[in-house]
Amino acid sequence: MKKTFLHNLPAKIAAIPMIATVLIVFIGCTIWTVYYSFTNSRLLPTGKFVGFDQYERLFATSRWNISVTNLLTYGSMSLVLTLSLGFLLAVLMDQKIRFESAFRTIMLYPFALSFIVTGLVWQWIMNPTLGLQGTMRRLGWESFTFDWIANPRMVLFALLIAGLWQGVGFCMILMLAGLRGVDEEIWKAARVDGIPTWRTYISIVLPMMRGVLVTAVVLIGSGIVRLYDLVVALTNGGPGISSEVPAKYVINYMFGGGNIGQGLAAATMMLLTVLIIVIPWAYLEFGGKGRRT
Amino acid sequence: MTGSEQSRNSADAVEPRGPRPKPFFTPKKIMIYSTLIFFSLYFLFPLYIMVVTSLKTMPEIRFGNIFALPGQINFDAWARAWTSACTGLTCQGLSPGFWNSVKITIPSTIVSIFIAAVNGYALVNWRFKGADFFFSVLIFGSFIPYQVMIYPLVIITRELGIFGSLQAVILIHTIFGMPILTLLFRNYFSALPQELFKAARVDGAGFWRIFFEIMLPMSLPIFVVAIILQVTGIWNDFLFGVIFAGTQNYPMTVQLNNIVNSAQGTPEYNVNMAATVLTGMVPLIIYFVSGKLFVRGVAAGAVKG
Repeated sequence: MKKTFLHNLPAKIAAIPMIATVLIVFIGCTIWTVYYSFTNSRLLPTGKFVGFDQYERLFATSRWNISVTNLLTYGSMSLVLTLSLGFLLAVLMDQKIRFESAFRTIMLYPFALSFIVTGLVWQWIMNPTLGLQGTMRRLGWESFTFDWIANPRMVLFALLIAGLWQGVGFCMILMLAGLRGVDEEIWKAARVDGIPTWRTYISIVLPMMRGVLVTAVVLIGSGIVRLYDLVVALTNGGPGISSEVPAKYVINYMFGGGNIGQGLAAATMMLLTVLIIVIPWAYLEFGGKGRRT
Repeated sequence: MTGSEQSRNSADAVEPRGPRPKPFFTPKKIMIYSTLIFFSLYFLFPLYIMVVTSLKTMPEIRFGNIFALPGQINFDAWARAWTSACTGLTCQGLSPGFWNSVKITIPSTIVSIFIAAVNGYALVNWRFKGADFFFSVLIFGSFIPYQVMIYPLVIITRELGIFGSLQAVILIHTIFGMPILTLLFRNYFSALPQELFKAARVDGAGFWRIFFEIMLPMSLPIFVVAIILQVTGIWNDFLFGVIFAGTQNYPMTVQLNNIVNSAQGTPEYNVNMAATVLTGMVPLIIYFVSGKLFVRGVAAGAVKG
């Protein structure tokens, strides 16, 4: 017993930070949050156990419901557009074009910038009086309207424009790597059979890139659930509460509202969402076949 | 022998060989390039607007057009953004934020990479019981939204007496950088030949000696990737800085957001854009200088989100 403990002792000591992170942060803090989401904690997380009260209040709060609807709307548009634009651009980049590296550099640089910078630049461009709309009107196009950022019904599209600007390039890089990984022979065979190029992409190459696609979906999906900085910088949830998102709801209630229980319940809902995305993926990738990363 | 050599060698080869050279402007090519150029404009547009606006004067912005080049290159807004723009509490510009970001990024990068490198090394070469379990939970945990763990972490850092200090931010960046960096180093070390490690063991070298004298010198390439990943990631962070750093230590991203989004009086758009350019400068320089290594870094780090 003692021998097994002392075996590899330096390695175990060196792994203490990792073990502590796993036990205290990833497991401990998560359980803590889920546990206290069932209490009536307000200013301090000490309240008594109240069952599902926080969740009932959460789903009775219009701000939360708007946040969730926004996330679903923004998320589905963002997922579909990021994937399809990423794939389209990757296919175009794969046509043995000139200046490939220049195009790639241009498409990926926004990804290097923080969401705060992204949000603020687009906030300026979409500024209704001095930005694109104002310029067009001063140039004589009086009816030109591009006020999405100030329009509660369109504000999610404003977020989408900025979000796509930041993320499409990276999706393109992933897809391009996937395309380049497809065996040349497949292309030759398809050409011999006289299958048109676009059909080869859709019905042969795309299914072969399943691994890359699934990875992209999981990455984009968990990124969408975390959407926070961009909203803070671009709209700060406005106009009104029309562009609120769950991640922002959590932070506002935890650190600004004196209502920690609500924040914790909302955080638990975020956790649940991510588990719904990640568990099936982890099962498919690593579960059945016993394959490791 | 290739076709061209053949035709040069044989005197009677007058017939053209190979595929007919395609004209450059085929409809397909026009379509491809116009689509790519259209998207390039979308990607470049904000950079252009950001730089151009920062060089204009306020009257020029108010009466002019957002696309127009500045009448006269004017760096006043840059100076204001750097030294005297108001970040909500004080009016010292972005420079304190820049130095805070430097003070956060350098130690966070060093500490997080060192710990992750040791983790990866222990996982590959000094396997112990339960190591795989901890590693799997670590990777799985990287998908948990930060919001789920952030409140208990505030309590923990408060109990440790470091909440609102640089140490707290360093700790948080080390924790959340650990999954992906550990994965990176684990994969790298497991690709190195095991014989090296075994030979050193036979010679009697221990855990740390092998790490410092054999593994570290051999892992320079992966260190560069990890550094790029961490420096850009930590520099661009907003959430951890705003919660854990404390008002005095707000990183540049937080101060930038305060300058633009909570400014009293008339907003100075040129100063705002200059501040935005300044904040984006560091990751952009890293991106342009490191080229393909940046792509490797972000591709590896995408899990971190």
